[in-house]
Amino acid sequence: MSTDPRPGAPATDARPGSVVTAEPPGDEGHRRPRRSRPDESPARRYGAGFLAKLALMAVVDAFGVYVVWSAWVAGSWVILGAMVAMLLVANWVYFSRRTVPLKYVLPGLVFLFTFQVFTIAYTGWVAFTNYGDGHNSTKEDAVAALLVQNERRVEGSPSMPLTVVADGDQLGFAVVQPDGTTAVGDADDPLTTVDATVTDGRVAAVDGWEVLDRQQVLERQDEVTNLRVPVSDDAADGSVRTTDARTGYVYTSALVYDEAADTMTDTTTGTVYTPNDSGQFEAADGSTLAVGWRVFVGFDNFTQAFSDSRYAGPFLQVVIWTFVFAIASVGTTFLLGMFLATVFNTPIRGRKVYRTLLILPYAIPGFVAPLLWSGLLNRSFGFVNQVLLGGAAIPWLTDPWLAKLSLIGVNLWLGFPYMFLICTGALQSLPGDVMEAAKIDGASRWRTWRSVTMPLLLVSTAPLLISSFAFNFNNFALVYMLTGGGPRFEDASVPLGHTDILITMVYSVAGLDGNAPKNFGLASALSIVIFVIIATISAVAFRRTRALEEIN
Amino acid sequence: MRRSILLASALVTTLALSACGTSEEPATPAEESTDAATTEAEGAGGSLTVWVDETRQAAVEAAAEDFTAETGTEVELVLKNFEDIRTDFIAQVPTGEGPDVTVGAHDWLGELITNGVVAPVELGDKAAEFEGVAVQAFTADGQVYGLPYAIENIALIRNTELADSAPATWDEAVSMGKDAGTKYPFLIQTGTEGDPYTYYPFQTSFGAPVFEQNADGSYSPELAMGGEAGEAYAQWLADQGEAGTLTTDITYDIAVEAFAKGQSPFIVGGPWMLEQFADLDLAIDPVPAAGDQAAQPFVGVQGFYVSAQSENALVANDFLVNFLSTQEAQTALFEAGGRPPALTAAADAASSDPIVAGFREVGADAVPMPSIPEMGSVWAFWGVTEANILSGSAADPAKAWQKMISDIDGALGS
Repeated sequence: MSTDPRPGAPATDARPGSVVTAEPPGDEGHRRPRRSRPDESPARRYGAGFLAKLALMAVVDAFGVYVVWSAWVAGSWVILGAMVAMLLVANWVYFSRRTVPLKYVLPGLVFLFTFQVFTIAYTGWVAFTNYGDGHNSTKEDAVAALLVQNERRVEGSPSMPLTVVADGDQLGFAVVQPDGTTAVGDADDPLTTVDATVTDGRVAAVDGWEVLDRQQVLERQDEVTNLRVPVSDDAADGSVRTTDARTGYVYTSALVYDEAADTMTDTTTGTVYTPNDSGQFEAADGSTLAVGWRVFVGFDNFTQAFSDSRYAGPFLQVVIWTFVFAIASVGTTFLLGMFLATVFNTPIRGRKVYRTLLILPYAIPGFVAPLLWSGLLNRSFGFVNQVLLGGAAIPWLTDPWLAKLSLIGVNLWLGFPYMFLICTGALQSLPGDVMEAAKIDGASRWRTWRSVTMPLLLVSTAPLLISSFAFNFNNFALVYMLTGGGPRFEDASVPLGHTDILITMVYSVAGLDGNAPKNFGLASALSIVIFVIIATISAVAFRRTRALEEIN
Repeated sequence: MRRSILLASALVTTLALSACGTSEEPATPAEESTDAATTEAEGAGGSLTVWVDETRQAAVEAAAEDFTAETGTEVELVLKNFEDIRTDFIAQVPTGEGPDVTVGAHDWLGELITNGVVAPVELGDKAAEFEGVAVQAFTADGQVYGLPYAIENIALIRNTELADSAPATWDEAVSMGKDAGTKYPFLIQTGTEGDPYTYYPFQTSFGAPVFEQNADGSYSPELAMGGEAGEAYAQWLADQGEAGTLTTDITYDIAVEAFAKGQSPFIVGGPWMLEQFADLDLAIDPVPAAGDQAAQPFVGVQGFYVSAQSENALVANDFLVNFLSTQEAQTALFEAGGRPPALTAAADAASSDPIVAGFREVGADAVPMPSIPEMGSVWAFWGVTEANILSGSAADPAKAWQKMISDIDGALGS
């Protein structure tokens, strides 16, 4: 494919109506003569193909505009910005003459960025924050939550039937006090006793104020819930507030936020709390208020992950087991799959039936199968011990070594059909002449398999083996469902077990299983570390497999 | 060609990265399940989004219909898995996409408060109409944070055909179970990871509660299950494991199935099991004490929370305090979930059923499950240690128990 031979040359105008022959639709990328003249480019002809493209792009743009509009309504500026950028790029690519290769690549690129790059970038961003329990949102939210949590109802104060009233824009409360008198007040004027009409125990009309009906109240919900009407001129007496616009209660605030100084003050003790670096309000003596907010913490999560002495021992064991598990899984499944594929590659009776039966484990969801196996392998009631082994009590899932063996065994059962399939495919595409040559040269069967079949097989399956390794390295579902990481390390002080792999360790350390306070920042940091490990191994392995291709 | 691909990819990457780096609020993938439109009040009486789980859906729907009829407020119910609600509520409230009201359990309270996602609910004079333990469970630092609707606790479920009287002590229960000649003398769900919730009454009978309790019944994050009382309990576990009366092979499913088949006169469990025992004659008794003190199980209270970011706070509070607290609504919720109601009047009505009354009587002496956030760090070590002592893989029970205490202290300190 050549791009425009004269970059920078002024593009000649297309002349509408000058179309002589219509291109067949969808033929923008057909093989055109290498020295085609620019104005003959399919992108500049207005035939059926162009119209089809126009219709498709119109649909894409309409969808894009809909997403942009929804994002605008919901206030998701990131999604809005990304969508606008993607739309601009898409329209430029499909209506420009110079971007023929991109026309093919763009859909893939869009999905790559949406589902891969964005996810990794977002994880990377979270890894540098302290997002987690106690740092769940923004500072404004934390301040609001602290204030509302620290309003105290005045001991023994009455609950008063309440009506929301308004004087123009000014909202007020009209209440029926316990002694039967009625009083009205607003944010600036404390409650004063006035005469009012009371029906059904509530104020129904009062001079100088308009009584709001329910709909008017709901339209101004925020104002109503935030309104505080002082009981008297003395602020210490507290103020009336309501949460349901039906009943009022007298409250005092135990915490006061000073916006100018950005401090929280405890009104009962006088302690002043100021924001600290880790996203919490802290007093001079180091005590903090419960609710914090998210802040940028730099590399803290990464250092924390590797500096906790309690994790040092278990962490090494987990890393070693992760590698052993991933390599053993790939090795065993590949060997069994390849062996069966080779056996069934020779014509025997009922070959199709056998092949179909071998695919069956592959048809059971990888999420459900480990659960079934954990039942089958139960020490006292499992099918394996009870029926197959005649009532033995072998601790398949509770002995450290047997649990590891069970894990690899179940993964073998789950994974060999996949390897069987790809090896069957690869074997059937092997060139016959090479085999024949080997036969003529007098090579034994073993020798032929070792020197001819195997290398040729690896050429096409090596990339799949690498991806299988990466998948098993992070095979969360299997470990979580079969053993839950157990049995626990007896000598460690952290809730990790003999069959935990890195990803289940992250799940447990970051509290996602509820066994510790949640720490998404730490979880993201560790995920990035795992990502780096797998990416490095895969990159190196792919480089090495290039050497295999020279065999062909 | 290459250049244009590189250019395009560079462009998109910078956009994505700069968007992530500078945005005030992180972008979250738009969730289909929560409808952004619900956060805007519309219609005559505003609108309300409520998260419910499958069990409670029908009952809440009935209350919501009454509410709509009376106030004109549209109530939208979103069906969620009960297990997912806690995490999703914490994650989604700050984004403004969360619900106004959600169903939940009281032991989430500490975590919800720390994350600032839950707003106080003023029950006012209605607080007195609820069972004391229910309001206490939803109280933190003197503030009430939810409307309770059901109380649940475990008790001893006895098959009256196999055992005609309630055992007073553990030893008596075991000998009665052996006399019954069934396959198991006594059933308790355990599993290889242990089940400290179900075993808790035995632990309290040795005087080893999990945390110190303050004067007002709330918990302080000081472990109380260490010391001699805890070690006595550990020793008791080891003895039971050795005698074979309790084993880690018994999981919830196995225990329930065995009891339903009449293979044991006793099982320790809650009202959620009763469905499977429909054709048995049952009696509900207190869990027999293994130590010299009363066996107090945990009480769990379920209720409704209001989101701290709700734009319909008035409506939400109105719905909870004035509609879900009625005897009618609480009774409907009881019929849906089978757990004794939290409203005293509804609970009294429900107690005409001796089974409900039995659970309620046991619950009266029970202790609320701690709702402090520190509880999360306890479960991870607690169950596994109990299971290891039972199965004999921890040779010295006292030592294993002490190690558990120091591990939990380490986890709380970090």
